[in-house]
Amino acid sequence: MKPSAFDYHAPRDLGETLAVLAGAGAHGKVLAGGQSLIPLLNMRLAAPSHLIDINRVAALDTIAVEDGGVRVGALARHAAVERSSLVARAQPLLRDALKLVAHPVIRNRGTVVGSLVHADPSAELPAVLTVLDGSVRLARHGAPERDVPAGEFFTGPMESALEPGELAVSAFFPSLPARTGTAFCEVARRHGDYAMAGAAAVVTLDEDLRIASARVACVSVGPVPVLLDVSEVCAHRPAASVDWAAVARAVRDLIDPDGDIHATAGYRRHLTGVLAERALRIAAQEAADERAGEYPNE
Amino acid sequence: MSEALHEITLTVNGVVREATVPGRRLLSDCLRRELGLTGTHVGCEHGVCGCCTVLLDGEPVRSCLTFAVSVDGHEITTVEGLSGPGGTLSPVQRAFSECHALQCGFCTPGFLCTATALLRDNPSPTDDEVIEGISGNLCRCTGYQNIVKAVHRAAELMGDEA
Repeated sequence: MKPSAFDYHAPRDLGETLAVLAGAGAHGKVLAGGQSLIPLLNMRLAAPSHLIDINRVAALDTIAVEDGGVRVGALARHAAVERSSLVARAQPLLRDALKLVAHPVIRNRGTVVGSLVHADPSAELPAVLTVLDGSVRLARHGAPERDVPAGEFFTGPMESALEPGELAVSAFFPSLPARTGTAFCEVARRHGDYAMAGAAAVVTLDEDLRIASARVACVSVGPVPVLLDVSEVCAHRPAASVDWAAVARAVRDLIDPDGDIHATAGYRRHLTGVLAERALRIAAQEAADERAGEYPNE
Repeated sequence: MSEALHEITLTVNGVVREATVPGRRLLSDCLRRELGLTGTHVGCEHGVCGCCTVLLDGEPVRSCLTFAVSVDGHEITTVEGLSGPGGTLSPVQRAFSECHALQCGFCTPGFLCTATALLRDNPSPTDDEVIEGISGNLCRCTGYQNIVKAVHRAAELMGDEA
């Protein structure tokens, strides 16, 4: 298995990258970590005629905790984002999800933005971006940058709103409002594999610790991450008195998974209910603990 | 139309090496073919088996999921670079030998590179940390029990030497 031939480009800065990309148009493909792209090239499932390697564009290797969230540059590796305690404080769901992305050695090279652009509906990070209402910033030669919200970014399996000639320069993961917890739960055949089912959950409590908002993004059950708002099923109750079985049922009713050699549609549906409930309960607990932590040492 | 070639310079196991490669040459193939370092094994060629793991600037990566031209100017350590002067085995290599952590040896270079970096970052890992650390490397004959034992044994050996 060897890639077919391509013209290799190694731009040094963002301007040069965008110019090369504009020239290559639909025949160009960006190489960042390559942990999803190079397998596709090796198996010749993809055969771009121009490969634009952004590994020398140091300006894209950034992780910034900004007002309101975390902005991850196109060259930030999974491992660097996972290890950052600043990121973990600003958006804990990122670290929780990254620990489930493939294996440590893959995470040394793979990038967060690359995973988003790859847009695999079984992958963790698209679900994280979706449940957090994050966005991806796209740049094009001679045009202003545009921010695409997660809900519009993922358009199909391995398909995104990224157009030929565009580069995803960063992704933004908003931080959490007060009294909010998160969790990511999944089941894979082997640890590190793509999950048969999984759910990223975000739960916000009101001042009386009743559930004000409960959302999950489910993986491996549709062409894109499937975002479900189950706040109403939680009926504005405290976590301890929510009818969690009803929540799991609602999740199962709202999804329409396909079966494949890894899991039947029915099994995926069942698992997703279990995992969504589990993730929501953990997130609700975290949100309550955060409330308790608001007044330390009192 | 002939394929464009790129002149690259890699520091491999402390030695500056030059090679002329097409853009599509994988680092694994460059090490084996252009540089004659056949200790890096090529198993699945799509990042699943871990046999081709080498250290890139000290961090373990899949050399089959890296283009050689992409890492021009960087430092690579392969299994050939783990031993000391005169071929003295490193603590990780000695531990693998002592604990019978290799049988056919095909996966061994990847395990050795992965474990070397793991123990550098975490000199006394727990069982769970070892298992997580080597979870991206497949072994199809020795079995993992002795490999896990060997990583712990290597930690002991390194502790004794420190």
